[in-house]
Amino acid sequence: MSRSSLRPSRWPHVGDVVLWLATGLATLLVLVILAVILIDVVKNGVPRLTLGFLTKSPSDGMTAGGIFPAIFGTVALVILMTIAALPAGVATAIYLHEYARPTAFATRIVRIAVNNLAGVPSIVFGLFGLGFFVQFVGGGMDKLFYGGDKVFGQPALIWAALTMAVLTLPVVIVATEEALSNVSPDVRLASAALGATKFQTIARVVLPQAVPGILTGAILAISRGAGEVAPILFTGAAYFLPTLPHTLHDQFMQLGYHVYVLATQSPDVDATRPLLYATVLVLLVLTFALNASAIVVRSRMRRHLSRSHG
Amino acid sequence: MIMQMATLDESGSLAVRQLSVYYGDKKAMGPVTMTIPGRQVTALIGPSGCGKSTFLRSLNRMNELIPECRVEGEVKLDNESIYGAGVDAVAVRRRIGMVFQKSNPFPKSIYDNVAYGLRLGGMKDRSELGGRVERAIKHAALWEEVKDRLHESALGLSGGQQQRLCIARALAVEPDVILMDEPASALDPIATAHIEELIHELAKDYTVVIVTHNMQQAARVSHNTAFFYMGDLIEFDTTQVIFTKPTQSRTEDYITGRFG
Repeated sequence: MSRSSLRPSRWPHVGDVVLWLATGLATLLVLVILAVILIDVVKNGVPRLTLGFLTKSPSDGMTAGGIFPAIFGTVALVILMTIAALPAGVATAIYLHEYARPTAFATRIVRIAVNNLAGVPSIVFGLFGLGFFVQFVGGGMDKLFYGGDKVFGQPALIWAALTMAVLTLPVVIVATEEALSNVSPDVRLASAALGATKFQTIARVVLPQAVPGILTGAILAISRGAGEVAPILFTGAAYFLPTLPHTLHDQFMQLGYHVYVLATQSPDVDATRPLLYATVLVLLVLTFALNASAIVVRSRMRRHLSRSHG
Repeated sequence: MIMQMATLDESGSLAVRQLSVYYGDKKAMGPVTMTIPGRQVTALIGPSGCGKSTFLRSLNRMNELIPECRVEGEVKLDNESIYGAGVDAVAVRRRIGMVFQKSNPFPKSIYDNVAYGLRLGGMKDRSELGGRVERAIKHAALWEEVKDRLHESALGLSGGQQQRLCIARALAVEPDVILMDEPASALDPIATAHIEELIHELAKDYTVVIVTHNMQQAARVSHNTAFFYMGDLIEFDTTQVIFTKPTQSRTEDYITGRFG
């Protein structure tokens, strides 16, 4: 009946404008926050960032020296955590996605457990690690093998790494499951039709295609592990150590914890402030570098897959 | 005529007896009884949902990969039951290969695609593998096009080439029977002609069972045709009889395009 006009109405696309402004401002806010953090850290951190800072131990009650033990401890922790979390997480995901009946009661319980694990506050993981790994497993090992001497039954690198592995397990599981479900059912059928057993199909067709996705999970787990402090507070991180850890049952220093120590436990806050900035900068760079290297590995694998010859 | 030519070697025949397939409680097809002759092309035709693809998948136990799917009855490959007690579905599929509607090469090299089934079988010797791979690709009429790039990704091939590669991959393990589920339905007419020619060639050495929606294709490539409707096998005869003087009126209606 009534024909709509071709001329714009008085308020043209007012919704679009509002939405554009709102989303643009939100994005800007995020960028500004990130920029403020980075600029502040870089500006105040770089002057103190010398070779000596990276290679020496803290000295003079944390007001001088470097942070090498903390860098070493962080890297060792992350590597051990990955070694523990990746195989367990990938195996769990393969079981859940490929073997378990999706409707079975047990499968649903495991899934709920994994999801809840992801939501547990990290300090609770720290307490769990202390109770389970340090006191129960470590203490038990001491009773069995060391005649009650305290060897494993105290906070240590291995227990901190395992606690961190439990924390990052859901990340690995979820990412791996995602990667497995992205593998086309067509190639699974093709493999089965050629007389492959389920195991052969998983090992030769499904997993190779899922590797980039699994690496994504590893990346997320690593960056989380490098940044978390709470889980290692009671399970292995030390305030200050004169030497590097040289066995799995030694304590270790860690960058995140070191930041906390410098910020709150120093007798002379003004003297430690430049060190604090530099330490934060190193922690950021290390986390970014870990992420970046994993991203490079992943994209190379992807390219390799898309025109592969292996 | 064709029937007589092909009776020289009957091996690779499939005897289907009272075969029914259920998804959950719902019957998808059957009971079907028919004998698919060896070393010939048998086409399965019928409207969508008539059970012909379900039937095809039950000939090499691919149905078992579908949850809730259940099969009754018997299928014998050269008098050996493929559903018998103690028969391994994996072993069945090595003798009864399958080519799918959508070409599905692995994201591996052309060579590795074709070698896949052989390697599954434990073949490691390089020269033996190479020989078998070459033979299979030649058999699938793809050799001239890919011989200089065997180690490049199979995903770089055209759709028609990919489908012939999938056929080569199925041939490499030297099965007795090749099942094809609308192998040319996603291809252009030229690629389709290639595949049809190839199917005809393959019948010299293999039993071929092909599901097709394309009446002309069934008429062109097959020796025998089975017409399925609503989960039942309505008529099965030589392609010539089915397309010229079918005994069932429903077959005639479908062939002449009156329904479906």
